[in-house]
Amino acid sequence: MISLVTRAILQKIRRKCIINKPGKPQESGKEPWEDMLELYKLTISEIRDLLDKKEVSIREVIESIFERIDAVEEKVKAFVTIAKDKAFEMAERMQKEIDLPGTKNRSIRGVPLAVKDNMCTKGIYTMCSSKILHNFMPPYESTVTSRLLDQGYVLVGKTNLDEFAMGSSTENSGFFTTKNPWDFGRIPGGSSGGSAAAVAADECIAALGSDTGGSIRQPAALCGVVGLKPTYGRVSRYGLVAFASSLDQIGPLTKNVMDSAILMNIIAGHDPLDSTSAPLPLPDFTAVLNRDVKGMKVGIPREYFIEGMNAEVLAAVREAIRQLESLGAVTVEVSLPHTGYAVATYYVLATSEASSNLARYDGVKYGFRAKGKDLMDMYVNTRAQGFGAEVKRRIMLGTYALSSGYYEAYYKKAQQVRTLIKKDFEDAFNKADVLVTPTSPTAAFKTGEKTDDPLQMYLSDIFTISVNLAGVPAISIPCGFTSDNLPVGLQLIGKHFDEESVLQVAYAYEQSTDWHKRRPDL
Amino acid sequence: MKYEAIIGLEVHAQMLTETKIFCGCSTRFGSEPNTQTCPVCIGMPGVLPVLNKKALEFSIKTGLAMNCRISPSSRFARKNYFYPDLPKGYQISQYELPICEHGYIEIVVDGAMKKIGITRIHMEEDAGKNIHEGEGNYSFVDLNRTGVPLMEIVSDPDIRSPGEAVAYMKKLRAILKSLDVCDGNMEEGSLRCDANVSVRPAGQDDFGVKVEIKNINSFRFVEKALEYEIKRQVKVLEEGGKIIQETRLWDASTGTTQSMRTKEEAHDYRYFPDPDLVPIMVDQKWLDEIRESLPELPDAKRDRFISEYGLPEYDADLLVSERALADWFEEATASYTLSFSGPKVVSNWVKGELTRLLNEDNRSIEGCPMKPQQLADMLTLMDKGTISGKIAKTVFEEMYKTGKDAEVIIKEKGLVQISDTGEIEKMVDEVITKSPDEVERFKAGEQKLLGFFVGQVMKATKGKANPQIVNELLRKKLS
Repeated sequence: MISLVTRAILQKIRRKCIINKPGKPQESGKEPWEDMLELYKLTISEIRDLLDKKEVSIREVIESIFERIDAVEEKVKAFVTIAKDKAFEMAERMQKEIDLPGTKNRSIRGVPLAVKDNMCTKGIYTMCSSKILHNFMPPYESTVTSRLLDQGYVLVGKTNLDEFAMGSSTENSGFFTTKNPWDFGRIPGGSSGGSAAAVAADECIAALGSDTGGSIRQPAALCGVVGLKPTYGRVSRYGLVAFASSLDQIGPLTKNVMDSAILMNIIAGHDPLDSTSAPLPLPDFTAVLNRDVKGMKVGIPREYFIEGMNAEVLAAVREAIRQLESLGAVTVEVSLPHTGYAVATYYVLATSEASSNLARYDGVKYGFRAKGKDLMDMYVNTRAQGFGAEVKRRIMLGTYALSSGYYEAYYKKAQQVRTLIKKDFEDAFNKADVLVTPTSPTAAFKTGEKTDDPLQMYLSDIFTISVNLAGVPAISIPCGFTSDNLPVGLQLIGKHFDEESVLQVAYAYEQSTDWHKRRPDL
Repeated sequence: MKYEAIIGLEVHAQMLTETKIFCGCSTRFGSEPNTQTCPVCIGMPGVLPVLNKKALEFSIKTGLAMNCRISPSSRFARKNYFYPDLPKGYQISQYELPICEHGYIEIVVDGAMKKIGITRIHMEEDAGKNIHEGEGNYSFVDLNRTGVPLMEIVSDPDIRSPGEAVAYMKKLRAILKSLDVCDGNMEEGSLRCDANVSVRPAGQDDFGVKVEIKNINSFRFVEKALEYEIKRQVKVLEEGGKIIQETRLWDASTGTTQSMRTKEEAHDYRYFPDPDLVPIMVDQKWLDEIRESLPELPDAKRDRFISEYGLPEYDADLLVSERALADWFEEATASYTLSFSGPKVVSNWVKGELTRLLNEDNRSIEGCPMKPQQLADMLTLMDKGTISGKIAKTVFEEMYKTGKDAEVIIKEKGLVQISDTGEIEKMVDEVITKSPDEVERFKAGEQKLLGFFVGQVMKATKGKANPQIVNELLRKKLS
């Protein structure tokens, strides 16, 4: 017996998912409703409702996702590993739990998610899109995925990234470049381009990414999905293959703001295995979503609205700000005066840490090993053949910056500038509750457009990098489209450990617009 | 020309924690290769270090015992270099902000106390071991030792001779052992020493060019390596040569030091603060608690042994060099209260017979089957005349071997001293009857023959006769 509420939800979902108009004859021998519900299009909360009400089985959800992957993955190329067999095994186990009354309550039981391939998953390849970690099978689980497992998620697969998360387009992947589902001639952004594309193409319900200088938010913006970089220390980094330890942070890529809040409730919180994770109490991130934003102060950093920015992006962001005002938010101009130093500061600190973090890939213990006539020769050959050009460039930059005689001028100076950038944000947050900026200066660019000019590529993170240096949380949400039908992202930045305000404003904006509901036509 | 040596020592002490410094693996020595490892100490992708609080506590204890300032905020740093026994490609150590600084310890030089400054004490992780044996053109790596916590204790360049260096090492070891933070075993590598040595003409203020000597793994080698290196440097200078800044390796088989790398070939370790570990904050309350919990340190103990037990300096120094030995001595002394000179008697046995037997077996006092109470009981039996001093030695050895009580051993072996005058008199009479010649000569004034008679009686009683009674009876009968 279906309750009235359930019926209402189901109707709402059906309206959304119908592709075959009722009455149209079915070509296959399937029951009409099987094709009517395109489960892969749903969000976490919608899937959860359907499963709770037993309207669908987990197996149906998983089948729907893998059918979708079969249909579009060849064009999108979001995944480096697809874990189909394991996914169905997990689905089976979780379904049994549902069928048994009184079993443990799990918040995302049976929900199919994708994970960026730089988070270790026990028994499933984790290669960071690098040849040097070819066929690396971790014997341990990262904290975030073990928390997802505990809540019953089904891992669909591991998504592509720029090698070791170093890049803004997935073109630095050691395996292949992921396509932007909105235009296959364009990049999806990076480094979490595989996760963003997989969510945009409905190849998973949501995904995890990691963000060192914009690697969640920039691809989220370029693929038209929601991407949240939590406060540094909010989510455990244990099991995240390190790029730049003082900047790396894991976060969700989702179809809407609610789903980001749901995933944050699972992955956030102190982890004794990560000394840099904050021992702070956790709020319920979904609880604040419906709060009114009337009277909230939204800061507009003067330095983020600059010459040379794409006019359509600028227009979309300005329109979004007007929309926030119409919801009752009060805009105030603020200044982040050291913004101009952020990219340089970032590339000194991130490469310095990376040069040390990547020293362990030496061919001795795991991953790829090249032959050599002696130890030094083996080291040199392994690293020369195993790493791609961008990774080598950054290792060399970082090694140089840490060298004796240069340390003071580069690393130490950059740390001092970082402190100033942090201070900029503290000052701005004396005037505003959240800051609003574009996520990326342009929409998705063409594949190959910036590969010969690393500096141009680095500048695509110009609006996201300061946030990592300051350690504050920020979200990117869809806020419009260019005339080429490419998504534009709006970035909302919050105070340290105040993801709630960011989510609250993002949700209010999202509820008043339809941008997030648009999907690419694949 | 007369030359003066300037020596500074860098000592690596393995801490006696149960688990490694940044993961939960056991630190036990001698297990099968790579059985005490986990993703963290193997340096797998994505893993993170978490500081073992015990290692921090041990370092603070050591710092306090060596009169250091404990930094309220210190940091870990990465020391970057490639080597197969270093799985992360960097060693987590401390660089700019070590946990302890500006301390000293005191040694005795020519009968006077001399302070040797401690520049710093910092925490770091040990590396693994490369193994070059077995078939094939391969080497192997054992990572069991990777991540075992170490303290690096760096002295100021205050040491002026190989003898002082050894005294410093011995004092350092005694302190570490008294704190129970390191077992101090140089041969097994739980205490390792590198030395910085330079020489200068006596009276000159500026230091000469320093040379670092590595691989010194026993107290004897500390002295030998330094003696050799000082001679080598003086010779170079006297021949008009120059000392070059370099690292040299002590080769025990030839008794020489050999050049390993020059300053130009030195590594650039690219130290920087480890972003995976937060700054270490030591709050005053915890520091006070640790200070309260410090045991009595060797210097204080030595002074107390002299004043409280009336021991000579030599005995006191020897006993306090090992905390367990000092404890053993004190326990035995406390149980042995019969005689006024008790402590000295106990000390004689401990530093004499007991130390000899332990050395023979290469055994530590902790592994000694005999308990302090048992020595005290044996000494009491001696005082009562139940056994003679000579028999006591036999009993002591047996106690040491079996852990049985003296009384049991005496009974089992029939070693009770014969103090029955009647029984001894019988023996004395027999001996006198058997040796008429000697009796003749003794009576003619050859007094030293008394020893012969005593010996004969003792022989007849298998050493069990009370020597005092034997003496008395012989004198009476022969006069």
